[in-house]
Amino acid sequence: MRSITIPISDEVIRSLKVGEPVALTGVMLTGRDAVHKWMVDTFINQTRPPQGDDLEVYAAIQPLLDGGVIYHCGPVVAGLDTKQYRFVAAGPTTSIREEPYQGLVMRHFKVKGVIGKGGMGPKTLAACQEVPGVYLHAVGGAASLIAQTVTRVLGVYKLDFGVPEAMWMIEVKDFPAVVTMDAHGSSQHAVVEEQSRKVLEELLAKA
Amino acid sequence: MQDLTEPILELIRLAATDLPPDVESALRRAVEQEEPGSAARGSLETILKNVELARANSTPICQDTGTPIFYVRYPEGWSTRVLRAQIEAAVVQATKNSYLRPNSVDSLNGKNSGNNLGGDYFPTVHFEEVEGEALTIDLMLKGGGCENVGAQYSLPNSQIGAGRDLAGVRKVVLDAVHKAQGQGCAPGILGVAIGGDRGSSYYASKEVLFRQLDDANSNPELSALEERLTGEANQLGIGPMGFGGATTVLGTKITSLNRLPASFFVSVSYMCWAYRRRRMTWQDGAASYQ
Repeated sequence: MRSITIPISDEVIRSLKVGEPVALTGVMLTGRDAVHKWMVDTFINQTRPPQGDDLEVYAAIQPLLDGGVIYHCGPVVAGLDTKQYRFVAAGPTTSIREEPYQGLVMRHFKVKGVIGKGGMGPKTLAACQEVPGVYLHAVGGAASLIAQTVTRVLGVYKLDFGVPEAMWMIEVKDFPAVVTMDAHGSSQHAVVEEQSRKVLEELLAKA
Repeated sequence: MQDLTEPILELIRLAATDLPPDVESALRRAVEQEEPGSAARGSLETILKNVELARANSTPICQDTGTPIFYVRYPEGWSTRVLRAQIEAAVVQATKNSYLRPNSVDSLNGKNSGNNLGGDYFPTVHFEEVEGEALTIDLMLKGGGCENVGAQYSLPNSQIGAGRDLAGVRKVVLDAVHKAQGQGCAPGILGVAIGGDRGSSYYASKEVLFRQLDDANSNPELSALEERLTGEANQLGIGPMGFGGATTVLGTKITSLNRLPASFFVSVSYMCWAYRRRRMTWQDGAASYQ
């Protein structure tokens, strides 16, 4: 398993190929449905004016996302009362819901790594080639195990989105994932979809 | 009436943190089906490590602790109103204990209630009065990733070439598994309901998932279809997490409901590998769990 440190250089990103297992170390941000919509509406398409702490949050997350990693995750967090936060369970959520937004977010913030599960589509794959970036697949449901690689919770933004939807700033050590979409236009998900479609067609032709 | 809040809290803890033995055994068999060194095998090994860790530490197997769905079968004399209040109290405490993630979101304003309560359907509680002395509560935690890849078909479906018979049912179920790819956290378990109306059909497709993975359908035709579908779904090669591999589903459970002459629905509830369901039996003032 190859160790990767965040932030990730373009050179390292381009050297990663589909199928390669990696262990990530550094600081990353969680972000899922509400966060992606908020980013695109407020700062990219600007269909909604910034309000509340939007601009402050933008200033805080922008340097982290530049060359950084966004993790599609809605964790179980202990210590909500005392603000001594600790990740209890933190596996990936299904990424495809962010397909309309992900490419825009990657380009705007220069995000180099997107972690989730289930893979993403052609828009994100195109952004991976351009930015460049990679999609990293974590094991869905392996939440207690993955939470153990979160060494510290450094902070949280947009907690008003709710615990699962907030942006948690976390420090990870040897976070395990597999590259399933790379910066060279390869996607393991497209390959499996195509191969399984052929088998499906054969099966549907049978009585 | 006795206060079941504490025993129900234990039911929730078990469901969220301790994968049932039939599911774990199926996952252990699945590992052996995958190529050594493959991403498929690696992910199943990670899954099994996670299952052990979650059990040892009483932490959630998966962070998406889903919609808590309770089925309460109670003898005469219990108040469903009081039972519901006790279930809600247990859910609130389970959320405080980090057994459950706060998962109940207002669909209009996006606010998370923070305690897993909200309206009449969160948590979902079904009540049924039964004969005898024992009260049983079944609990299923079904996450959003697998819920999103559930599908309902109205037959005939000319695109798939599915008519109003079991051959048609087979085709649409395979289509649903293909569409799901790895999105629902494969290897999955398929709950299939044939017939009903749109609502009752989906409901039954979830309820059938309370069956044990290794049991056989009492209807020989459905039993044969269950086996065939599991085998054929695995031929698709989607594999654990959609990485490609031999194990796409761990099992298929089918039930049927009467339908209207005009309607022929097939509903597929896809359950992720984190197949969390537990039963509590309350008898003679004591709880037992399975």
